[in-house]
Amino acid sequence: MARPLSLKEISKKEVLISSGHRMCAGCGAPTVIKMVLLASDYPIIAATATGCLEVSTCISDYTAWKIPWIHSAFENAAATISGVETMYRSLKKQGVISKEIKFVAFGGDGGTYDIGLQSLSGAVERGHDMLYICYDNQAYMNTGIQRSSATPRGADTTTMPAGSVVPGKTEPRKNLTRIMAAHDLPYAAQASPSHWMDLMKKVRKAFDIKGPKFMNILSPCNRGWRSRTDEAIMLSRLAVETCHWPLYEVEYGVTKITFKPKEKKPIVDFLKPQGRFKHLFKPENEWMIKKLQEDIDREWERLQKEASLSAP
Amino acid sequence: MAKTVAATGNEAVANALRQVNPDVSAAYPITPATDIMQRFTSFVSNGKVKTEMILVESEHSAMSACIGASAAGGRVMTVTSSQGLALMWEMLFIASGLRLPIVMPVVNRALSAPLNIHCDHSDAMGARDSGWIQLWSENGQEAYDNTIQAFLIGEHMDIRLPVMVCMDGFIISHSIERIEYLEDNEVKNFIGEFRQLNPLLDIEHPVSYGPLILPDYYMEFRKAQDEVESKVFRVVLDAAKDFEKISGRKYGLFETYRLDDAEIGLVILNSAAGTSKDVIDEFRNRGIKAGLLKPRLYRPFPYKETGEALKHLKAVCVLDRADAFGGSYGPLFIDISTSLYTYSKKPILINKIYGLGGRDYLPEHAELVLNELTEIAKTEKVKTIKEYIGVRG
Ligand SMILES: Cc1ncc(C[n+]2csc(CCOP(=O)(O)OP(=O)(O)O)c2C)c(N)n1
Ligand code: SF4
Ligand SMILES: [Mg+2]
Repeated sequence: MARPLSLKEISKKEVLISSGHRMCAGCGAPTVIKMVLLASDYPIIAATATGCLEVSTCISDYTAWKIPWIHSAFENAAATISGVETMYRSLKKQGVISKEIKFVAFGGDGGTYDIGLQSLSGAVERGHDMLYICYDNQAYMNTGIQRSSATPRGADTTTMPAGSVVPGKTEPRKNLTRIMAAHDLPYAAQASPSHWMDLMKKVRKAFDIKGPKFMNILSPCNRGWRSRTDEAIMLSRLAVETCHWPLYEVEYGVTKITFKPKEKKPIVDFLKPQGRFKHLFKPENEWMIKKLQEDIDREWERLQKEASLSAP
Repeated sequence: MAKTVAATGNEAVANALRQVNPDVSAAYPITPATDIMQRFTSFVSNGKVKTEMILVESEHSAMSACIGASAAGGRVMTVTSSQGLALMWEMLFIASGLRLPIVMPVVNRALSAPLNIHCDHSDAMGARDSGWIQLWSENGQEAYDNTIQAFLIGEHMDIRLPVMVCMDGFIISHSIERIEYLEDNEVKNFIGEFRQLNPLLDIEHPVSYGPLILPDYYMEFRKAQDEVESKVFRVVLDAAKDFEKISGRKYGLFETYRLDDAEIGLVILNSAAGTSKDVIDEFRNRGIKAGLLKPRLYRPFPYKETGEALKHLKAVCVLDRADAFGGSYGPLFIDISTSLYTYSKKPILINKIYGLGGRDYLPEHAELVLNELTEIAKTEKVKTIKEYIGVRG
């Protein structure tokens, strides 16, 4: 068992992803990764899917990773880490290795919700002892802000640009955390870097649970969201407070909301500071904002009901 | 002491894999390779091997998991055919680019569309430039022997590359023949302990696999990979020499059959070579100097040695069990012509496409081709360079 997470411990720990990586200034992803690595009380080995995180943290001959790390392709971080974890089990059983090691995979929303969903679903079903983390920046950022199934309704992306006929993305997001929870895996959770203690506690807990774990972590991208470089944490906080990104966990089928905003803010608070939603504030697109609010209300309602059913 | 058995090609390969006893294997079903994995997983279920299985949800994940497992630091194998290999295609280049010595028997089968589960070589030919070493096998014995040697070759410290072992679907994979098995401990000693190189699991010495490389270094990386390829020939020959010591069976980069004094010759891969040899014997009995060359190490291709072996012939037919679309010749033909390109005096070459999608290759086909070659050798005239044989008009 890992120790309970303490600020004292974290503040003294070496950060295992070094500065000098080439992610954009103000990007949410490296902060998320840093928190995940700090939260682990075990040595970890990571796989990363192709995407912003991967192309910016390991450019030959440099690497920002101070832990063993592998990138193989875009759609297969889960399958790749499942291979690493299986070799670990094999060598441990043979007595070649004795150390306790934990395994984590990082994938973007494109690499997880879309092209990597099959690989993730398969790895989870096989029961590998691994934590899969989706850093969700709500579009294919590395290739230039294309629409993914994680992109919120209404967002302006380069493949569904807001124009005179198409008002940005017309479809709602896929609810990946729910899909993963529906695998009946030991642990699925949603987290946000704004609520860093919540995020890190979830990671620490996840590493102590045997079997497949999934975490979906919101990861603001100032390039794609068209926000300021100092707004990543503010925006992820607004995502939580508007219930656009509820913080909860599903542990062995039991749903628990880990942070309930005192007062649920309207979704416009989250939309307003972001250039990708600017067009929604034109009178002819206001219906989209209404729809977005309805999506959120419905999902928040459902989540609360699920949590109350789960409550002891 | 060797043991002689009656076994199918798949059974023999499964037995070789049991004797190799890899640390991890990933598997996904596809005809005609499935049978190897069914046999292998029954070894797993009955404690005959130490292997941890990863029963993946696709071949893409099979190769991805093999890549993860191999980089973690251990012996890894998987098996596939046809569509499975096609689905792995992206990952094949990553396995070789990351220099991971994964071994993969490929039971050759046609590619869709139209769907066909029977033998031809389109699958492995489509992956011939993926940076994998390819060993091709005429029969179950060769498939068994090549599978064992593949581990030694791929894991060699000068090489560290993945290896495919090809054998013909159904014709070999599902036919029973006489096969000699080595003893378990002979195989174990032959391949030796797996030697790790930069394993991910060495937590004290963290390494990063699979970086992004920009134009400033990508080309140097590729050049280095190309240089490794040139070392494969020696390692394959050394492995063959060691293998002969324990098995008594000889292997080279390719096999020649009555070729030294031949005037006409066939170049043909895998099982059809066996049929061809019989027909060559008949022609020899009639006083016609016919011979054959059967490539074994197809990638990297031993251009120099192959050219040397064929250059003295008058006429040669390269038989391809796969076509390369685009108005081109068959893939084997292209390689054989390349191997002869530098010689000023060289045989006249023709190309026949045969046996696609499981179409039988019969002695009369070899006969037809050898008759045509006899004529070409005499007249030095070629009707058509490339032609489909054994096909309706
Ligand atoms: C099979 C394949 N298809 C497409 C790509 C191109 N590609 C590379 S990264 C990327 C976008 C990644 O998006 P996401 O997973 O959301 O990560 P982000 O860059 O947003 O962090 C795409 C489309 C690829 N590398 N491989
Ligand atoms: S494009 Fe977005 S996700 Fe990618 S590095 Fe920049 S800020 Fe981060
Ligand atoms: Mg993304």
